[in-house]
Amino acid sequence: MKLESANFLDQADNALADARRTVARDKLGVYSPNKRTAAVESFGDFDGLREHVHAVRQHSLDHLDHYLSRFEEEALANGNSVHFARDGEEMNDIVLDICRSANARKVAKGKSMVSEETELNEHLQNAGLEVIETDLGEYIIQIAGEKPSHITAPALHKPEDEIRELFLDKHSLGDRELDTPEELVSEARSVLREHFLSADVGIIGSNALVAENGYSMLVTNEGNGDLCANLPKVLVICTTIERVLPTARDAMAVLRLLARSTTGQSITCYSSFYSGPAREDDIDGPLETHIVLLDNRRSEVLASDYQEILQCIRCGACMNHCPVYINAGGHAYGSVYPGPMGSVLTPLLNSLEEASVLPNACTSCGRCEEVCPANIGLPDLLRDLRHEENRAKISAPRWRRGIKWHAWLSRQPWLYHFFTNLGVSLLNRLGRKTGYLSRLPFASGWTSEREFPVPQKNTFMQQYKVMTERKND
Amino acid sequence: MNDYSPTETTSTPATSRFDVALFVTCLADLFRPSVAFSSIRLLEQAGCTVSVPLQQTCCGQPAYNTGDYEAAAPIARQVIAAFESADYVVVPSGSCAGMISHHYPKLLEGEWQQRAIALAAKTFELTTFLAEIAAPLPTAKPIKRKVTYHDSCAGLRELGIKQQPRKLLGEVRQVDISELEKSDVCCGFGGTFCAKMPAISAKMASDKLTDAAAAGADIVTGGDLGCLLSLAGKARRDGLSLEFRHVAELLAGDLDTPAIGEPE
Repeated sequence: MKLESANFLDQADNALADARRTVARDKLGVYSPNKRTAAVESFGDFDGLREHVHAVRQHSLDHLDHYLSRFEEEALANGNSVHFARDGEEMNDIVLDICRSANARKVAKGKSMVSEETELNEHLQNAGLEVIETDLGEYIIQIAGEKPSHITAPALHKPEDEIRELFLDKHSLGDRELDTPEELVSEARSVLREHFLSADVGIIGSNALVAENGYSMLVTNEGNGDLCANLPKVLVICTTIERVLPTARDAMAVLRLLARSTTGQSITCYSSFYSGPAREDDIDGPLETHIVLLDNRRSEVLASDYQEILQCIRCGACMNHCPVYINAGGHAYGSVYPGPMGSVLTPLLNSLEEASVLPNACTSCGRCEEVCPANIGLPDLLRDLRHEENRAKISAPRWRRGIKWHAWLSRQPWLYHFFTNLGVSLLNRLGRKTGYLSRLPFASGWTSEREFPVPQKNTFMQQYKVMTERKND
Repeated sequence: MNDYSPTETTSTPATSRFDVALFVTCLADLFRPSVAFSSIRLLEQAGCTVSVPLQQTCCGQPAYNTGDYEAAAPIARQVIAAFESADYVVVPSGSCAGMISHHYPKLLEGEWQQRAIALAAKTFELTTFLAEIAAPLPTAKPIKRKVTYHDSCAGLRELGIKQQPRKLLGEVRQVDISELEKSDVCCGFGGTFCAKMPAISAKMASDKLTDAAAAGADIVTGGDLGCLLSLAGKARRDGLSLEFRHVAELLAGDLDTPAIGEPE
């Protein structure tokens, strides 16, 4: 995937400057945690479920080869074709080949972050196919020519009036009322319905793969995934290797965590398990089904110290609760995966050099870890990535030198006490009349946005030493 | 060293002594010694004998959080060596206490890791120590101001500090906290974060200040100077008249010292 993470700060500034979009994110930052909290509290032992799923996922990752083989075996027995793709390019080629063999002209797509990761749409479109996103949010940003800004709410950044203008502009439907959100949704529904009926291939993602029966699970709130899966004659499921779980019961446990963590629902409106092509007696369903399992460096992550991130179930709770994400907005991250999970995953799927700013977009507040249904220690992983940046000398030299110098001085207590007292006395003399300084060399990051509170007259250690010396005299 | 252990102290009267080593924290040392002096006064009132090991400087968080584990580890070892002989280590900061008790054991290996774990077991943030371990503080002159409490993230999530300062402020100074609506959201300080990403950090501080104004507070207090310095700096820049004081100062009744960012 193409990354624009290096410009995180400028992109965040743009987001902060756009008041209308800030409102939507601020609302998400309140609304979503409230919903989640209510759902978690009414569940009972949510932490118990988290721990259970964490253990199941860890077991699945520890035996990934076994469960992938089992899944493949069962899925083949159900009549699916199973493909393994080493990287995004390979996945895109596999999907294009499937479309070509089906003589497809139109593809209806359910929401799939994996296809965003591999830029599948562009690949298919460049080959002459018409690709229609059918998740409402994805559809909006597709016709707007934009990227998702959230993994579960891709059009979060689009205010209602922009969507209205977009529909009036892109849908040739003549004069009509589009005043309410209901009317917008209804129009999108009728436009999309035609696409479902005329699509030759349906492409969807998957929230879990069940090794014991070869089924794949998909959850949506719009039902568009099921229409993509059942109406076109060919179905392609694009997903990644770490989605596999041992049993259907495990997939249900993930579902219980996922819905509550994402939207505060006890269950998504549509939760489906797909087994394979339609059987003889079935009244509908695809005639041909393919499951494409993408690696794209996940097996490297599996073997690394960052394996834990493969437990992510893509609920979006970490970004909904992250004050940096809420303020910077998803586009600032310049990656398909924004927020805390994205700041861990993006450098691992690409390179630390390209994404070095992302692990720094964190105050270590720990709110993401607190709500993560997969119990991933996100702040620790982000700090470990900063450690790697430091070791590889990717981080800014002035920060590295400053920190080294501070650490060295901290290990010479007497020198530290002497110099800090000198500095403190100077700062106090400079600013004691106002209580703060508005400009300070070496602290421009601070003073660009805040006053610098002036320290009291002497350091504590200095005052304490004088005090104890007096006592001893 | 005295003979008291935590289990014995629960049944001993208020006259008992606890040997406490104060980890001042670099921000209290450099910016606000009054926080450390207030802490000493409170600890003494709560039946403690307080010492201040002179080998202390910083807990190593700046290096640790920016990812220089190699620079942070020797600082951690220095802190352990300076404090491990104490019965209790008390820290007027949730973030530094969390660094010692949660992160030193992760940062260090082998024998030093064992020593870190031992130190972690007797290291307490100030309000937790006063509310749960030390002898009860005597009630003192009430503070008749509208006070809100900012829960700093490390204290809240790593150490579970939430009720302790509220309980103490209520019992000792009859302060009833006007709660912030988004009390569990970070204020944007985040150590070096505020200098690396100043605009985002400032927006987070603004949100916190708006919340404090909505709570009708005229004093914002908290257990961590980092957050308070950052919020005070932002409030001064925006011309807000909020007052910022560390919870130790409020508990000790030190309202005469100019508040953070106020003229002498």
